[in-house]
Amino acid sequence: MSDVMVRAEGVYKRFGRNEVLKGINLTVNRGEVMCLLGPSGSGKSTFLRCINHLEKINCGRLSVDGELVGYREANGKLYELHERVVASTRQQVGMVFQQFNLFSHKTAIENVMLAPINVRKHDRDAARQKATELLTRVGLADKLDAYPVALSGGQQQRVAIARALAMDPKLMLFDEPTSALDPELVGDVLDVMRDLARSGMTMIVVTHEIGFAREVADTVVFMDAGVVVEAGPPEQVLGAPTHERTQAFLSKVL
Amino acid sequence: MKGTELTGGEPGRPEEIRAVPVRRPGRWLAAFVVLVVSASLVRFAVTDPDVGWHYVGEYLFDPRVIHGVIDCVYLTVAAMLTGVILGVILAVMALSPNPILKSASWIYIFFFRGTPLLVQIVLWYNIAALFPGHVIAIGIPFGPALVHPDANKLITVFVAAWLALGFNEGAYMAEIVRAGIISVDEGQSEAAGSLGMTRVQIMRHIVLPQALRVILPPTGNEAISMLKNSSLASVIGFAEIYYETSAIYAQNFQTVPLLIVASIWYLVLTSVAYVGQYFLERKAGQGFSRAQRATMWERWFALSAGGDGRFGPGGFDYRGWYRR
Repeated sequence: MSDVMVRAEGVYKRFGRNEVLKGINLTVNRGEVMCLLGPSGSGKSTFLRCINHLEKINCGRLSVDGELVGYREANGKLYELHERVVASTRQQVGMVFQQFNLFSHKTAIENVMLAPINVRKHDRDAARQKATELLTRVGLADKLDAYPVALSGGQQQRVAIARALAMDPKLMLFDEPTSALDPELVGDVLDVMRDLARSGMTMIVVTHEIGFAREVADTVVFMDAGVVVEAGPPEQVLGAPTHERTQAFLSKVL
Repeated sequence: MKGTELTGGEPGRPEEIRAVPVRRPGRWLAAFVVLVVSASLVRFAVTDPDVGWHYVGEYLFDPRVIHGVIDCVYLTVAAMLTGVILGVILAVMALSPNPILKSASWIYIFFFRGTPLLVQIVLWYNIAALFPGHVIAIGIPFGPALVHPDANKLITVFVAAWLALGFNEGAYMAEIVRAGIISVDEGQSEAAGSLGMTRVQIMRHIVLPQALRVILPPTGNEAISMLKNSSLASVIGFAEIYYETSAIYAQNFQTVPLLIVASIWYLVLTSVAYVGQYFLERKAGQGFSRAQRATMWERWFALSAGGDGRFGPGGFDYRGWYRR
């Protein structure tokens, strides 16, 4: 088993004529926490979505745990994978969205139980027990039967994290998980993510929370205009950035 | 004085405002006109001997009329179910990336929505004429036929009316279902996809249940239209309410009383449909409103009292809750 969880080599992505990713090269090791920083439109979220094959890449190679994302390579040719195969690889990658995207017709616990029951075919009682444990872990033991509308943004986002964890992912992707939250609710969500990082989960986090990145990340990557400008340990990238673009960004954010 | 003393009985609090309301003579006048007109209509209906209320009472529960009511319900339920199933299939086809499925759905809707229902009913009734010797061949397309049912026996009056109403309804339901599916935020499908659900699972567990909230109100409307449109099936001799009542007045010439009988039954059926719609909507709205949902009587009260439909401190907006 290789230590590399995500490997991106020359990843390009364009929407129409607008090229959003212009050759991303990155590796994320097993157990590593990587924070992606950068201004809006720099391609951070798009890159994250490519890892889950929510977007198809146009050039390069992107693999998760040694397997190409969305394709199969044989005899020097790429074959598109069947939707079912893509779905089954997605089961192993959890994703948390900026807008939470909780299923609004389901209660908190039903949100967490849905995929284990329908995708993993777990039986209902086992799924319920696991969902209860997960929701307790994110501090929502008293909100099991609440519908998303009755939850605050921070609570919704913690349910969303529990929902992703219910599939026992080997990699967790966070797409600006705290950007839509009131400032006083951010802390609860970051606490949950901090715990998760400590438990050894491999995580890629697109965020604007510099403090969180400094404290939790093993690697900080600064992206701008579709390329990786600077990457390294937080004390280096955040403490002593060498690139002028990184310095300018950090001086505005900090 | 502390800043927390904001509630109840504090010494400095001014008294409640009890202002004299603005006089609105226009409202009084309008109310008066409406009352006078309605009173004279009621007086006419009750006292005019030609209305013949005793005939209404006599025929309201006539076995022939009851038979018509039952057949009307059968036809409506069968055609509505067909329409809903067809509508879901056509809507999914219309939203499919496959251009053939997409255009097939579009052509279906174009045809069935663009021609009058009455024409379609008569057309289905005469469909047997299309088959040589009135024999339909059912089998492998372009290949050998497996069964040869007699078209005249297969297409009874009920089947013709059912197919016509159901296929016609499918076109309208397709548009309603499509609007419902589109109304569900894309983030819901993405979240479900990121959990490893397939497109079919996402449709079944995530999108359609949420689309239902948008689909139900116009579907209730369609069901009520269908109850009334089923009377068109009388032209091919299907014995529903209107057919039965008109058969009776053709004999005894009590046209108006029997049309009143028919109207009463249609009103009863549409009221039942309304109640059913209310409960279905309440079920489908689960998770979409923070406030406790109003009961049907509260909603009726709020509507008739001219309120804006809001209740209590939490607020309940009957017009908006299913659209949010």
